[in-house]
Amino acid sequence: MSSSRPSDHYDSPEPIAQPKLGVGGYLRFFWRQLTSMRTALFLLLLLAFAAIPGSLVPQRSSDPNGVVQYSTENPDLYKVLDWFGVFNTYGSVWFSAIYLLLFVSLIGCVIPRTRHHFIALRARPPKTPARLERLAAFTSRPFVANTGTADAATAVDTAARLLKKQGYRIEVFDDSVSAERGYLRETGNLVFHTALIGVLISVGVGGGFGYTGQRVVVEGQKFVNVLGDYDSFNPGRFFSGDALDPFRIALDKFTVKYELENQDAIGQATNFTASVTTTEPGSDPRQTEIKVNSPLDIGGSQVYLLGNGYAPTLVVRDPDGNVVWTDSVPFLPQDANLTSVGVIKVPDGLAEQVGMVGFFYPTAAETGSGALTSAYPDLVVPLLTLRVYTGDLGLNAGEPRSVYALDVATLTPVAGKGSDLPSLELSPGEKVDLPNGLGSIELTDVKRFASLDIHHDPSQVWVLAFALLVVAGLLTSLFIPRRRVWVKVVAGSIEYAGLARGEDPTLEAAVEDLAQKHAAALSLRLKS
Amino acid sequence: MTPSLVTFSLIAVYSAMAVYTLAFIAFTVDLAKRSSAAPVAVAATTASSSAAGRATALLERVVTDQPLAAGRSRALKAAMALTTIGWALHASAALFRGLAAGRVPWANMFEFSLTATAIIVGVFLAVQFWQDLRFLGAFIVGFCLILLGLASVNFYVDVIPLPDALQSAWLVIHVFVAILGTSFFALGAGLSVTQLLQARREAGRGGPGFLATLPSAEALENLAYRVILIGFVFWTFTLIAGAVWAERAWGRYWGWDTKEVWTFIIWTIFAGYIHARATRGWRGSRSAVLAIIGFSAVMFNFTVVNLFFKGLHAYSGL
Ligand code: HEM
Repeated sequence: MSSSRPSDHYDSPEPIAQPKLGVGGYLRFFWRQLTSMRTALFLLLLLAFAAIPGSLVPQRSSDPNGVVQYSTENPDLYKVLDWFGVFNTYGSVWFSAIYLLLFVSLIGCVIPRTRHHFIALRARPPKTPARLERLAAFTSRPFVANTGTADAATAVDTAARLLKKQGYRIEVFDDSVSAERGYLRETGNLVFHTALIGVLISVGVGGGFGYTGQRVVVEGQKFVNVLGDYDSFNPGRFFSGDALDPFRIALDKFTVKYELENQDAIGQATNFTASVTTTEPGSDPRQTEIKVNSPLDIGGSQVYLLGNGYAPTLVVRDPDGNVVWTDSVPFLPQDANLTSVGVIKVPDGLAEQVGMVGFFYPTAAETGSGALTSAYPDLVVPLLTLRVYTGDLGLNAGEPRSVYALDVATLTPVAGKGSDLPSLELSPGEKVDLPNGLGSIELTDVKRFASLDIHHDPSQVWVLAFALLVVAGLLTSLFIPRRRVWVKVVAGSIEYAGLARGEDPTLEAAVEDLAQKHAAALSLRLKS
Repeated sequence: MTPSLVTFSLIAVYSAMAVYTLAFIAFTVDLAKRSSAAPVAVAATTASSSAAGRATALLERVVTDQPLAAGRSRALKAAMALTTIGWALHASAALFRGLAAGRVPWANMFEFSLTATAIIVGVFLAVQFWQDLRFLGAFIVGFCLILLGLASVNFYVDVIPLPDALQSAWLVIHVFVAILGTSFFALGAGLSVTQLLQARREAGRGGPGFLATLPSAEALENLAYRVILIGFVFWTFTLIAGAVWAERAWGRYWGWDTKEVWTFIIWTIFAGYIHARATRGWRGSRSAVLAIIGFSAVMFNFTVVNLFFKGLHAYSGL
């Protein structure tokens, strides 16, 4: 069945059954199997199949909460699936095994083919076959040589020049020209497959040198790119701390545009813009913007706008009116209308340690049951309510505590839920007394915050470069025809024939075209 | 946000569906007529030979043109004319929708279905200049009619502005190229189905009579291969453009999000298809089955994954 395979295809010969295979024999046998086209096909289809389960159940990497939810909803199934690593499909042993085998097969395939191709590149076009009319594309034109051999030589010479001009590599014989073109087709194929290996290696190895980190920045504050200034930080395997470029980003202003006209989408945010001032060591500060679809490129890293919310600015005073604590506290949004929750901890300066859980409503409204809610995400009727607790905040125990959580179990409620007093309520500019004569609290301002995601991945450009090579190789290998063409002078006519190597839908037209051009050029030469 | 444009768009969609229905009927009549005509197997001639003394593989010469008799069928001509009119209506529906929204008309399931089917029919019409594939008319028009019907009845949503993450030039490029790829995969699937039927007939196991007027199984396979290669190039580009966009919008170029996974699966299946053609024992019907599985995965990705799977690509608007 040689005709059903592309001619440039190089496959290892069929393993011949040997009576006894030694260890070396088995290894060679195994290697041949692994690098055969059939195995490549099998592994490709297996890879496609193996990727499916990961799309059916939540993945730890992208949806950890989904995994937890799955485990409570289907505890038995969860155990089985988890044993197979289905919740981490794309990092699992079996998935990795498939693609690694595929790539080993690919390497084992590309190397001998490259060697072959180098030889083919230097080879001369083959001898003209005896009977051209049996070839796939064939045509002939009458040609009467009036002065014998001299004319035949002119015909051959004209054909040779024509073919050379069309980019063929030619070999002239007595009464014929043999020509071949399209070596780039196989080159493209090899570039394509090699670039795939390049993509895999850049993703697998290069990714280890990067890091990702998150940081919440309130309007008017700044972030410095040092380890200590991150809220969370995930280094890659090969990351070392001194790879951080010490740039600064100050958030000057955060603006959100809301849809106001379209009745179906009132209040939908249509544009988020973080206006920032960046400073890099050794250069002047620069003003720029970060938007959802356009991250900031700085110091070899990208800074993405990931989230946003409100940060009420609060001032706490002791009974004598001295400021003991002030800060803009980021509140975490809970719904589309930005009802937000935040925690305030005042460890020093008052008679007792005070902790507060605040609810912020940018546009406060009452639900049917009388509970407060936010009706719109922008600041129309902003309202802050505070539950106040006293007791030991545990800040001195030395354990790290989240700034977004307050363990109220060990504290005494003094205002709001669990106490005799209602929650404190504050609008911007208002000041209210804390219970038990502890002091007072004032809401001076409501700022916005942006949560920034900082990524550093030096391999990214490599992945892109190899991906583009993949496309270039693909286009070359698929759309450049590889063909052989012959022109031969026989008694009474000139024959033209073509032979495709691989897919070549335009072969016949090309041979027809060659015959026409050749006839034209020849009559021109014979006349002159 | 002009309600009248939205209304125009809907009127155009429904008119297009009506005209497509007529076109579909005409295509079916044509196939039925071909079946009743005398089954002269003049479909394809193949000629092959091998170069003297060299183990060079040949691409066999395959005449893919259909016999003239079928081309002259009045029903077929009417079907093509109706498809062209339907397509003009259909394309203007997409255009009006885009004008009404003030952006590209493919930001949710409804718009995506509307525009995708318009491009599929457009590609079908354009391909005729290259190859006579009119016999796929019933398949392509029928398929688009079903999608269009589903979309306007079940997926319809009013025009709303784009979420922030969708406001990107990459939305235009990535999605448009994906649809182009889908169109060629659809043609490839149609050809592969015909190829399977034809192979059955050639093996003497019967089948609808119109097959006698169509190219041979091998010619169909070669056509399918060429069409799918073009689809594959577009799909490769979609994959890369998607990764670039994901890097801009979500801060990582690849995250095994469900939609990404399925795009990858489809790519891998078609890479398998291309290899199958060069693998002993996989040419012919087996590779045709792969092409059909590949296209089914494309459809699955578009319908089931969009509607029922959780992921970042939650833009169906439903
Ligand atoms: C990661 C795995 C692989 C992928 C994604 C892949 C993909 C592709 C694609 C898209 C093509 C068609 C484009 C072109 O000709 O350049 C192709 C062709 C080809 N591949 Fe692969 N390939 C893979 C592995 C392999 C392996 C392991 C082998 C060797 C056994 C191989 C051998 C070939 C050959 C011989 C062709 C030419 C087939 C033809 O012209 O019809 N590939 N491959």
